[in-house]
Amino acid sequence: MINLTIDGTPVQVEKGQTILEAANSAGIRIPTMCWMKKMRPIGSCRMCVVEVEGLGKPVSACDTMAAADMKVTTQSELLHGMRRDALSLMLVGHPLDCPVCDKGGECVLQDMVWEFGVTEQPTPGAQPTRDIERYISPMIKQWADRCVLCARCVTACKEVKGIGCIEIKGNGFDSYIGPVEGVDCISCGECLSVCPVGALTDGIRDEKARIWQSKRITTTCGYCGVGCQFDLNVLNDKIIRVTTTDHDKLPNFGSLCIKGRFAWEFVDHPDRLTKPLVRRDGELRETTWEDALHTAAKKIKEVRDAHGPDSIAGFASARCTNEDNYVFQKFFRAVIGTNNVDHCARL
Amino acid sequence: MTNSIADIGEAEAILVIGSNTTENHPIIGDLVKRSVTQKGAKLVVIDPRRIPLVEYANVFLQVPPGYNIPVILAMMNVIIAEGLADEAYIAERTEGWEEFKGSVAEFTPEKVAEMTGLSAEDIRKAGRIYGEASPAAILYAMGVTQHGQGTDGVKSLANLAMLCGNVGMPGGGVNPLRGQNNVQGACDLGGLPNVFTGYQKVDDDAAREKFEAAWSVTLPGTPGMKLTEVTQAIGKDGSIKGLFIMGENPMISDPDLRHIDHALDELDFLIVQDIFLTETAAKADIVFPAASFAEKDGTFTNTERRVQRVRKGVAPRGDSKADWQIICDLSAKLGFKMDYTDASAIFDEIAQLTPSYHGMDYARIDSVGLQWPCPDKDHPGTPVLHTAGFARGKGLFQSIAFTGPFESPDDQFPFIMTTGREHAHYHCGSMTRRSKRIDENYPEGFMEMHPADAQTMGVKTGDTVEIASRRGQITSKVKVVDSTAPGTVFMSFHYSESPVNVLTNPATCPTAGIPEFKVTAVNIHKV
Repeated sequence: MINLTIDGTPVQVEKGQTILEAANSAGIRIPTMCWMKKMRPIGSCRMCVVEVEGLGKPVSACDTMAAADMKVTTQSELLHGMRRDALSLMLVGHPLDCPVCDKGGECVLQDMVWEFGVTEQPTPGAQPTRDIERYISPMIKQWADRCVLCARCVTACKEVKGIGCIEIKGNGFDSYIGPVEGVDCISCGECLSVCPVGALTDGIRDEKARIWQSKRITTTCGYCGVGCQFDLNVLNDKIIRVTTTDHDKLPNFGSLCIKGRFAWEFVDHPDRLTKPLVRRDGELRETTWEDALHTAAKKIKEVRDAHGPDSIAGFASARCTNEDNYVFQKFFRAVIGTNNVDHCARL
Repeated sequence: MTNSIADIGEAEAILVIGSNTTENHPIIGDLVKRSVTQKGAKLVVIDPRRIPLVEYANVFLQVPPGYNIPVILAMMNVIIAEGLADEAYIAERTEGWEEFKGSVAEFTPEKVAEMTGLSAEDIRKAGRIYGEASPAAILYAMGVTQHGQGTDGVKSLANLAMLCGNVGMPGGGVNPLRGQNNVQGACDLGGLPNVFTGYQKVDDDAAREKFEAAWSVTLPGTPGMKLTEVTQAIGKDGSIKGLFIMGENPMISDPDLRHIDHALDELDFLIVQDIFLTETAAKADIVFPAASFAEKDGTFTNTERRVQRVRKGVAPRGDSKADWQIICDLSAKLGFKMDYTDASAIFDEIAQLTPSYHGMDYARIDSVGLQWPCPDKDHPGTPVLHTAGFARGKGLFQSIAFTGPFESPDDQFPFIMTTGREHAHYHCGSMTRRSKRIDENYPEGFMEMHPADAQTMGVKTGDTVEIASRRGQITSKVKVVDSTAPGTVFMSFHYSESPVNVLTNPATCPTAGIPEFKVTAVNIHKV
């Protein structure tokens, strides 16, 4: 363990921790934009600058190791000015289209600009001359002008997902996020979920909503057995997208795959069964619950009475909830009177 | 899984066998990649296909479909011969060692290399990587279990893990990656013919009496029929007259679909409860419309035994209802009242009757869930199983006699076909193929064929071929890639246009009742 002081507070951390991690552990907030706990420090945004006694100039807290007896200052006029400058630089060429940007209301840049009171946008020089191809994933929309080149997306794609299909292309103000030749994108949407601004947005549904207009309901993904946690974003009883904003949450730490993040449109597919059906004259016809349940109960009773309970079998489902499965097997055992209940675990 | 997902990051070596992890469990696939690239873990991949993880592997053993067991035996042979076995662990925690050791002796790397076409040196390397690492994790999936000797395959992995002292160790373990969101939960909750919730046996008098008292009924004490037995019985002896299927589509997912198709016609009644009119629902007499996962409350239990909340985000579509509600309504019609106010009340009953869930309730699992066993309200859940001992006391080494797959290539059916999933689609495709953007971008499936075979047959990517097995035939487009070895082809089962399970073999592992989906002898003709 090593001891240091941050803003006059004694802090003890394990060796190998950065100044930022040390500050976080002590509940001292240092502003960040590109840093994410689940990735190695990127060090691109310069928002986390701190002063360390004995060092000539401020250092970034995200990639500077905490050392014994270090004296760190996280708030000063100098640092405030540097952070404002860093923000101003990000605003060069950044369109102030917040009113129509999907990210408005939960944009890290917007929040920071507000927090640091940056009220003037530096005069943009020559407009960027990017010749941008369509974004590498058809599920995602790219708004290159909004990009602050923090490299979260590029780093996450490479480090978290091990793919590396995007990179920063071009130079200076003309830079943009573009595809890496020869590397296939798997449309997992990791880039989308880590983008701190509105440079990447969900391209699935036209309906959209401000963060305060839609509800976010945390639930468990219904595809594979990993059990990823995500938020259904719901507006007017419709899912408009799936998001992950908590990158510290087990078991997926904000990551998803193409299915979890984008394969939810089936919920409102016109093929959804909305009425019970009963086969009459060879055809499945829509009917009432009362009729369907009555017909089913009658058939079950007839067969059970004629051939015994073991002539009926039930397949529960690895797709349904624990509660659904419990009730299903209870129904078979307690009501029909057979243990002929199994499910698709074997398939 | 004996261990936790996050645990994989602690492993010094990872053995991935019969799991195309990056496609089927992408988040775990990512973790395996990170373990290798950022933590220096070593990786052994055993699979008939050159899966994406092979790029990260220190050793890749491209095993012919159906030959996992001799390869694992040979790895153990190497570990024993080179003194890498964990003698202390074996002495303290296991039994049956001496006999087992003898059974492994004949499976030298050279012998298995001859059986499989693998290099003996690569088998040695794989054995050393697993044997030298501590801890070492084993990840496996249906590539191990969907075989005639699936249970023996799993036992072999358990033997391997015990041999090196990896069971009960953080970062180790024998970890089946469950393919469906709640396959763990469906098993835990008694969706099996021989057990009530929490694997309490129906033929155990004490267990049965407990459930009889709780439910105020008399319960049958004889284990019922397995799914694969049921579908076989319908057509053959007519002992099954009525079938109720909740949220399953055997018309795509079962082996030998032509048989299923005929069998379902033989029933006196078929009730199907689903969110779509699936191929199976279309054959039903009565169809109940169910709410999707987004429209109901409940819990799923993930592959690491973590019970997590499912929360209602939108209202059930049309007149659909949560599955449990439909069953309760039907039960009332049959004179048995199940009056649950909500899903939480059902969960409380589950917790009351299930020792491994006993300490759980919706409040406790609200944030990050709990991993069973969780026997009381103060218990923090169990990230790693068998830390102090095995369920039966000592871990039993079980000798395995390898008999080989049911079907082998011959003159009539010269190719071996193996099946699996693709990353963008899921199982029968009833959900992903109705998700517009997914289906637009991933609209069709292919049969993957090695360039050498493609050249011999004169086919190229995009050509259509007819694929036939002893049970039926289908057509599919071809994709020429070197993911499989010559002589082996691969197809996914998502596409009803090319229903691959028309071809697969319904013969099952006698213990688990799992069909041998992974090994089907086929012939292929250009159309």
